[in-house]
Amino acid sequence: MIVLLSRRTLASLRKGLGGCGGKTDSGSLPSRLLRTFRLSLSLPPLRTERADLRCQRTMALLEVCGAPRGQRDSWALPALDSDLRSDPGHYSFSMCSPELALPRGMQPTDFFQSLNGNGESNVQIEMAHGTTTLAFKFQHGVIVAVDSRASTGSYIASLRMNKVIEINPYLLGTMSGCAADCQFWERLLAKECRLYYLRNGERISVSAASKLLSNMMCQYRGMGLSMGSMICGWDKKGPGLYYVDENGTRLSGNMFSTGSGNTYAYGVMDSGYQHDLSPEEAYDLGRRAIVHATHRDSYSGGVVNMYHMKEDGWVKVESTDVSDLMHKYQEASQ
Amino acid sequence: MASRYDRAITVFSPDGHLFQVEYAQEAVKKGSTAVGIRGTDIVVLGVEKKSVAKLQDERTVRKICVLDDHVCMAFAGLTADARVVINRARVECQSHKLTVEDPVTVEYITRFIATLKQKYTQSNGRRPFGIAALIVGFDDDGIPRLYQTDPSGTYHAWKANAIGRSAKTVREFLEKNYTEDAIANDSEAIKLAIRALLEVVQSGGKNIDLAIIRRNQPLKMFSAKEIELQVTEIEKEKEEAEKKKSKKSASS
Repeated sequence: MIVLLSRRTLASLRKGLGGCGGKTDSGSLPSRLLRTFRLSLSLPPLRTERADLRCQRTMALLEVCGAPRGQRDSWALPALDSDLRSDPGHYSFSMCSPELALPRGMQPTDFFQSLNGNGESNVQIEMAHGTTTLAFKFQHGVIVAVDSRASTGSYIASLRMNKVIEINPYLLGTMSGCAADCQFWERLLAKECRLYYLRNGERISVSAASKLLSNMMCQYRGMGLSMGSMICGWDKKGPGLYYVDENGTRLSGNMFSTGSGNTYAYGVMDSGYQHDLSPEEAYDLGRRAIVHATHRDSYSGGVVNMYHMKEDGWVKVESTDVSDLMHKYQEASQ
Repeated sequence: MASRYDRAITVFSPDGHLFQVEYAQEAVKKGSTAVGIRGTDIVVLGVEKKSVAKLQDERTVRKICVLDDHVCMAFAGLTADARVVINRARVECQSHKLTVEDPVTVEYITRFIATLKQKYTQSNGRRPFGIAALIVGFDDDGIPRLYQTDPSGTYHAWKANAIGRSAKTVREFLEKNYTEDAIANDSEAIKLAIRALLEVVQSGGKNIDLAIIRRNQPLKMFSAKEIELQVTEIEKEKEEAEKKKSKKSASS
């Protein structure tokens, strides 16, 4: 998974910020980033700017959402206390929050399009999902297996990263792509699932949880998020498995694998998969698929973290080192 | 004392009343009666039809409205307010289906309507909705439900309830007659609703509107003929019961 921004990308961000900010500030980059990308959730706005920010916040978001379809005239903007947003009866399922404060005049969609390499600039932000995660349904539930390597370019940032978020005892989410995006949005999803349970007295269904996540992704489409996730769970309708993507793709299926090592994992899974596997056989299949993917893909490695989603909740099956497993398989085949 | 605290909705009186909300409840009591009954496999809504003018088209006056395939409601009070609430509820049903991929539960949509009503008791420049609603339907798990909301924004689940003009009389009738036998099967539940309404409605079946929802089936509105059939059956049963009584008293 991509953890830190490389120096090249930091430079391009600085260029992007400085370019549309107007006056170039001589402050250091981290503090500028902090000021401009200030999440309105974590830091309260300064008192003097509060009313101004509120106005800006609504209008900035409106600008951002309306950007691909062209600017809206000021008379077309809805009143600040407009219907759906401030209506407590309409549970907006986090469509309104979080609100990211953006610098004036900044259009994230245009900005990221310019970085896709089709402009004159040589800089490219490559949004690859460097990891291998997989999940498949079988007769005894759902198996989820992930690797644990976090990479920044060719530097391994972490050997033991946890790429499965335990939303609740009946829901799991996997992460691939940008580590920050995955962690933030899936924790937000966990918050929404918890609120759903508190409001409605029953656990959220897997299809609803994946729909919430995919709606969040649709809201920020084109703004450079990178997230490929599988939402797995067991609800009233039985075992559930959905793939959700930063483009807002949401697919239900029996078997998915995401990340740069997914082709290798699909190869192993497809050749060994049957619906009526025993749990032990299913663990072995998931294990093998991850190990073989980490063997060939440089962005995957570390340990295999395996979960088994059963009717009464998930259990963590194991966390085994891939090189040990690879040696075992090679010895067994000799 | 009341006159000083009843102008604005957002002002409490010294003894803790929100007079505007209470006046809204008075408006509800002026509306025509509606009764709701929760059976074991059926939910029934019956309303008293207001008599229409000679030239008015009867079909345009509907007090029983569909919110979604599996939920419907009847109201008592200001018709225009009800139209607004029903529209918002219908939009919320679809919005919920879009976001969560599941149809609303009856409790969820009741909670939405109640929250909407409460919001209007706590804002400046707005007055409360002058309607009480009976919301019936089946959840995904097949359990029938009946909820009642009032202008203050509270909601409760009921086995059988009435709202509107003669709600008290009808409720007392229901308390006496809602037994396990009375809702044993669908036709009995329907008859109970009609009998409850006949207590307070003048001139019988012509002024009654009835709708039922059966499990996994959409709303069914009864035509005037079907209601007449039910009413004649009920009257027959009444006569037979009275004959039996008089026989007993004669023989004993």
